[in-house]
Amino acid sequence: MENILRKTGKTILLGNEAIVRGALESGVQFVSTYPGTPASEIGDSFSNILKSKKGDFYFEYSVNEKVALEAGIGASFSNLKTLVAMKNFGLNVASDSLLPFCYTGTQGPTVIVVADDPSCYSSAQSEENSRAFAQLAHMPILEPADPQECKDFVGVAFQVSQKYKIPVMVRLTTRVAHQRAVVQLKKISAIKKEGIFIENKNQFVTMPPRVLEMKKELLAKIDKIKNEVSEKSFLNKIQNQRSKLNSKTEFSQGENEGEDETKSHRFQNSKVGIITSGISYLYTIESLKELSLDIPVLKLGFFHPLPEEKIKKFIGSPVTGLKKVLVIEELEPYLEREVERLAKNTNPKIQIFGKNYLSEIGELKTENIIPLLAKITGKKIKKNKNIEIDPIKHLPRFCSGCPYWNVFNGIKKATTKYKNIIFGGDIGCYMMAATCFDSFYDYLSCMGSSIGIGHGIAKATNGKKQKIISFIGDSTFFHSGIPALINCVHNESDILLIILDNQITAMTGHQPHPGIKNGKPRIKIENIIKALEIKNWKKIDPLKNYNDFIKTAEKFLDQKGVSVIIASHPCWLYYGKKK
Amino acid sequence: MVRKNKNFNIIVAGVGGQGLISLAKIIAESAFSSGYDIKTSELHGLSQRGGSVKINIRFGQKIYSPLVLKGKADLIIVLESQETLSNIYFSSAKTNFLINNEQTPTLGKTISEKKLVKEMKIFSNNFELVSAGETCQKELKTSAPTGIFLLSLALQKKLLPLSEKSILKAIKKILPKKYWEVNLKAFELSKK
Repeated sequence: MENILRKTGKTILLGNEAIVRGALESGVQFVSTYPGTPASEIGDSFSNILKSKKGDFYFEYSVNEKVALEAGIGASFSNLKTLVAMKNFGLNVASDSLLPFCYTGTQGPTVIVVADDPSCYSSAQSEENSRAFAQLAHMPILEPADPQECKDFVGVAFQVSQKYKIPVMVRLTTRVAHQRAVVQLKKISAIKKEGIFIENKNQFVTMPPRVLEMKKELLAKIDKIKNEVSEKSFLNKIQNQRSKLNSKTEFSQGENEGEDETKSHRFQNSKVGIITSGISYLYTIESLKELSLDIPVLKLGFFHPLPEEKIKKFIGSPVTGLKKVLVIEELEPYLEREVERLAKNTNPKIQIFGKNYLSEIGELKTENIIPLLAKITGKKIKKNKNIEIDPIKHLPRFCSGCPYWNVFNGIKKATTKYKNIIFGGDIGCYMMAATCFDSFYDYLSCMGSSIGIGHGIAKATNGKKQKIISFIGDSTFFHSGIPALINCVHNESDILLIILDNQITAMTGHQPHPGIKNGKPRIKIENIIKALEIKNWKKIDPLKNYNDFIKTAEKFLDQKGVSVIIASHPCWLYYGKKK
Repeated sequence: MVRKNKNFNIIVAGVGGQGLISLAKIIAESAFSSGYDIKTSELHGLSQRGGSVKINIRFGQKIYSPLVLKGKADLIIVLESQETLSNIYFSSAKTNFLINNEQTPTLGKTISEKKLVKEMKIFSNNFELVSAGETCQKELKTSAPTGIFLLSLALQKKLLPLSEKSILKAIKKILPKKYWEVNLKAFELSKK
């Protein structure tokens, strides 16, 4: 935290910390989030700054990402400078609010930071590429490559949002969010958080027929941002050796003070060019250095809207332009498809290389780019010796004092007499039951789904042959388990739900949730269960009353209808260590 | 000193909970205060849950990618010996390994020390198994500063082009004050 709050000069920051610094330099007034790796440190840093009374902004951990975004929308409508942070799947949850927010536009400038996780290092459900929201939501998206850009791009995003009254997304990936590097700082500017909501039904109410006018206005905004910002901004520029971005402050300033790179001798002699963005840019430069190649690179800071004219100029004509262009990007070829589309009219003969050589699956690495560059330029490379080893891996597991050991051991015991029990998993530390208890779960999908999917299975199989036990953590229960549980009651399911109540959001770094505030109980899960008039429920400490836990599970399995056990014992890693 | 146009690449490996991120932050801070550009890449989330962890640290005149290329590591520090083999592909014949001779249980396959040494000999002549954790436990009643013990050892053996002064300063900058004493003791302990 000390580094984030340093007055000026240079310091080392994690990408996520640099996001926070960028927001502080821009004078952020309202921040909301739901924790999720690899975005968690953004909220945690804001939280820590407030805890030590060194900030004047509002911050909250919201119950889920949709509500976090809605809180942010309210703050923006009340003219506050707002930042909302989440991981990629959070944006799916929030998308219902995101699309109309792009229609209404912002009052206070708003930046939405979203972190993707190529290779799924800390993500279970899919290898999501949030760039797709550019097309779905018509929202500008910026892609920083390193912590310096994380900080600078947040500033640019606020400026664009302020000028064009549109939320702007800053998209990170794990290798950007969790990259530590030297960052040149500017002054923090604190602006008091006094919002005011001024009635403007024309802007804030998305009812037809107005909603279609809003869409027209939104598309016009994107077009304006493309022409006035994306085409001119230093964020999209041709470079090989990294240029100093820090000397610039205004987002629409041109590249190299009016110097046109495409007219340079170096560029005109090159028949090959590279278009890239985000972390892929760093891998590209690294590859060029490894191969001692000097090839012009168009680095795009804006993923949306793309600087189409700049790209066309870079590709050139069939006569004077490039013969080959490489589009180097991680995951799906969103950028490559756009380059293909633009090349059709400008330089149809150009050869486009990209996903025909690079995988759409898993994170990109320098090691993947080097052979492709060598092939295209005819450079010879030494082949890495293939090392044949079968390395030992430590799979993640429950901590040694974790209460979940007892929960899953207990359930195994309680279910020995049944053959076909279906175990439904959810998102959180208890996913590791799969590594600790021999592929424990029968299905596992997204936040809150253990209950919803379990209900569907119960209805489909009539609950006759197979019993269903769903597991959900406390934070996940609040996040999106509650509507699913209400649905079970409403539609009369036969299901046993185990709520793993360790009184903290453990997996993502011990953030609070609605059940716990300042270390004290707040909303009690049992009160929610009672309100739903579920008859078979019990709150049990699986460590103190292990046998009761097993017996209750056995008993509830024989009952009809919805049963709930709240397995309640504090997270050892958080509370045990604190003692 | 790191030669011009040459970067120094380190992999720190082990299992979650061993203080790997703190160790990487200390090395990065020390290199930064010595005038180098630095970058690291970490993975969070599962890092406290006993899973395999590897951290990339790079410093030099100008660093682009935060990731160490295959075969380009100068130094590989391993805090849990079984994790050594999964980092072999970062190494070349020139790479030095410092390995804490300590194991934590896995949920699957394991490897004995004898077999590990045998396999390592196929790839490298520059590796050393050190009873870092054991020595810390014995002398300091805690194995928490094992990483600092190995870091100090790397300095003594001239495997890391950073000054003792800058490392000591970085320890004080990165770690909370209450951990200074035990870590500085571990730093001295490796000199014996």
